[in-house]
Amino acid sequence: MAKSSVAPAVRSARRSLIFLLAIIVGLTGLITLGVFRSDATWTPKLALDLQGGTQILLAANQNDGKAVTGEQLDQAVEILRQRVNASGVSEAEITTQGNNHISVAIPGKVDDATLQRIQASAALDFRGVFLEAAAGAAQPEDTGESVEGADGDAAAGDNAADEAAAGDTAADAATGDSADEPAADGTASDADTGDLYPDPLPSDPADQAWLTPALLEEFASFTCTSDNALEVANAADDKPLITCDETGMLKYVLGPVELSGDVITDAVSQQQSIQGGTGTTGRWEVAITMNKEGSQKFGKVSTRLYGKQPPLNQFAFVLDGKVISAPTMNAQILDGRPAISGNFTKESAQVLADQLKFGALPMSFTVQSQEDISSTLGANQLLGGLLAGLIGLGLVVVYSLFQYRLLGTLTIASLAVAAILTYLLLTFFSWRQGYRLSLAGVAGIIVAIGFTADSFIVYFERIRDQLRDGFGINAAVEGGWKRALRTILASDGVNLLAAVVLFVLAVGNVKGFAFTLGLTTIVDVLVVALFTHPMMTLLARTRVYSGGYKFSGLDPRQLGAVYQGRAKFREPVVASKGSGKKVAKSRGEAERRQTIAERKAAESAGAGKES
Amino acid sequence: MARSFAEFGNALYTGEKSIDFVGRRKLWYTISAVLLIIAVVGPFLRGGFQLGIEFTGGSQFQVHVANSQDRDPDVAAKAVAETLPGSAPRISVLGQNEVRVQTEALDDAQNKAVTEALAKGYGVDADEVTYSFIGPVWGQDITKQAIIALVVFILLAALVMAIYFRTWKMSLAAMLALFHDLIITAGVYGLAGFEVTPAAMIGFLTILGYSLYDTVVVFDKIRENTSPGELSDSRTYSEAVNLAVNQTLVRSINTSVVALLPVASILFVGAGLLGAGTLRDISLALFIGILAGAYSTIFVASPAYAHLRVGEREIKERDERILRQRAKQVESDLVEAAPAS
Repeated sequence: MAKSSVAPAVRSARRSLIFLLAIIVGLTGLITLGVFRSDATWTPKLALDLQGGTQILLAANQNDGKAVTGEQLDQAVEILRQRVNASGVSEAEITTQGNNHISVAIPGKVDDATLQRIQASAALDFRGVFLEAAAGAAQPEDTGESVEGADGDAAAGDNAADEAAAGDTAADAATGDSADEPAADGTASDADTGDLYPDPLPSDPADQAWLTPALLEEFASFTCTSDNALEVANAADDKPLITCDETGMLKYVLGPVELSGDVITDAVSQQQSIQGGTGTTGRWEVAITMNKEGSQKFGKVSTRLYGKQPPLNQFAFVLDGKVISAPTMNAQILDGRPAISGNFTKESAQVLADQLKFGALPMSFTVQSQEDISSTLGANQLLGGLLAGLIGLGLVVVYSLFQYRLLGTLTIASLAVAAILTYLLLTFFSWRQGYRLSLAGVAGIIVAIGFTADSFIVYFERIRDQLRDGFGINAAVEGGWKRALRTILASDGVNLLAAVVLFVLAVGNVKGFAFTLGLTTIVDVLVVALFTHPMMTLLARTRVYSGGYKFSGLDPRQLGAVYQGRAKFREPVVASKGSGKKVAKSRGEAERRQTIAERKAAESAGAGKES
Repeated sequence: MARSFAEFGNALYTGEKSIDFVGRRKLWYTISAVLLIIAVVGPFLRGGFQLGIEFTGGSQFQVHVANSQDRDPDVAAKAVAETLPGSAPRISVLGQNEVRVQTEALDDAQNKAVTEALAKGYGVDADEVTYSFIGPVWGQDITKQAIIALVVFILLAALVMAIYFRTWKMSLAAMLALFHDLIITAGVYGLAGFEVTPAAMIGFLTILGYSLYDTVVVFDKIRENTSPGELSDSRTYSEAVNLAVNQTLVRSINTSVVALLPVASILFVGAGLLGAGTLRDISLALFIGILAGAYSTIFVASPAYAHLRVGEREIKERDERILRQRAKQVESDLVEAAPAS
């Protein structure tokens, strides 16, 4: 046992331990930094089944019954996010699950209005603009958008002045019209001023007769609050609509739906090209492509609107009841390829293009499951989970001490390190990735206690095997580790595979469980390689283990091994009590003290005798 | 105990003590076959699986009452009867302070009415009443996803194991054991009349991982013992496999106990203190699955693997050679022994 031969193992053990320490300190440091500089917390965030709240699982489908695509699902999440935010709920978590599920998690109880709003269908519609006005006290921030042909003909560019005018006159127009219209429209049931809609209903969606006094009155008192979000989302297609834009800055009276969004076949954001030449102006626009039916209808609409007074020359794109864009018609567009230009940034053009493209397909949301968990029940479940975990941990600790004696303390220390790592990682993921610990996740962690302790058992048993083969303790630790590592990697690999498949494919609770199971499997490998094995290497050099202390758990005598080292030979163990059984045992002992080769030879001879 | 257990391990390791897992495979196969038949037929004789509300659709209320409070199910029955005449609710008392009421799917107004009636009946705040609604297709959705996950996992795991062990026969034997475990666990569930919930399905899916995990550890030792360098000339292939199983037996027992302890503690806390729910359902399936997994690795997977291999020409020839040698040895021993006596 020359010193130079053991040094590399000790060195690498120390390196591993330092590396592990660096990981733990690094993670702690990152989280500490996060707590002071950002929105990190010292504990993992809890899912609703542990903190109380409402979890709604929705299935998104196109209204024609087809499943939605991944991009549409993202758009659906965006739509739902706006709806939930509109209801003033803070900290709602909206995530996709599987191929067509969306999970909406809201802390606390959800009122009926929010619930209905969440379930409403989403669809993109085109409506003509009757009136536009600033909503509330805030000054309207004119988007200054306009629609023109994709090839950018005559009216390109200089419409900024028009746009400004449109914004400024909007308020006037509203009051002015409300004074004029009833008089001009005297023929239509003037007595019935209380009615919101004219009687009979005009057949032309552009007919000014839609603007009844009652409607104008309602418009005047209309404010862009969250309360009307549900109403506008469920508005009738064939009636005018009073609504706001997404920012809540502008409010509109819109005509009935003239075109539905499904005529859009594509929408992309692109840089505006210089008229008739090559190169770009550096401004962003959204280019839309429509199908044949859409081209025809849009052509008619654009012919009608082009050249009218603002705001009557505007055309609104309405998604989920809200105006996402209301550009001015700057040309007759007959080819079904309009482009919206305005003060876009690259990002805002992209957002609008996505809204138009994916919002074009009407989507409906059906509630698959809804769960309201009271906060006391959640707290109870968490307490129960923690209690179960502690009891489980305690039992494992007792069993390891019982089976592996002093070595059991290494199991306990390793489990403690695994617990610290798991906790830090969960906290980290909860901060960076929005992970939330659910009850199923807690179950995953508790189950992992057993799986983690498994690796130690595999390792310890391998060391014992090596000792039984007659290796010295240091060699046994190294040899046992080589064999155990392969087994641990293979079996943990299988476990990780199960966790990943479950995480990717399954929905609901399963995801949380799979996540912690996968995470703890990785932690298991880290702990075994960076803590348990290095500690074992160092421990093997202490007197307790090298001296074969009786309760060390690796006492070679107890394992029936013979120390084959250079320095000393162990006295054969002779049974103190002379029972026949013990004598037989010591004979076995003697057999085992032979070298492997000798034993094998003896075995091949002995096998014949016995049979 | 620990001492004797370690010594038991020693004896198994050297082959001094050996349990014939592989040789008596017909016995184990028969036991497993009987268990499987019971697991498949039993639940149907009993009237099929009892599916949780998640699979059938409906509404569920859970009332959380303080520890000392009365949890008379009749209060719930009365509350539901008043607000929903003609409804046949399923009412159960769970854990130490929960009452659960399951009804058909309700609309928002009905839900509100029942929540209030229950809160009033038990004298608790309406916030203490948990409400869940499960649409009729939710169960189909999760079942579909779970089956897809199951199939994908089995295919991937079979492939990974075949590559790792470099023989498809180990992979096949492991899969046999896996199906064995799944069927038996499902059978116990059905026989005992436990409710099949999504949480129970999580448990089933986790058994996949555990069953293979356990098998991989033992197969790793089998592979080691039957590798060309290690395979002793004195043992037939089956005997070498059997020795590997014996050598890992102490480990198998220890790991199974260690895996079972936390699961048992969830089961105890989940069922005892919290009543039915995620924790109990996951741990119940796992508890049965881990037991089945430990059994099947030793009694099904390993003998099945040996069984699959012994027919191979090379191994057959080798085995025959060893047996011939052994017979010769016996003869010469007899010859030696005869003059002495």
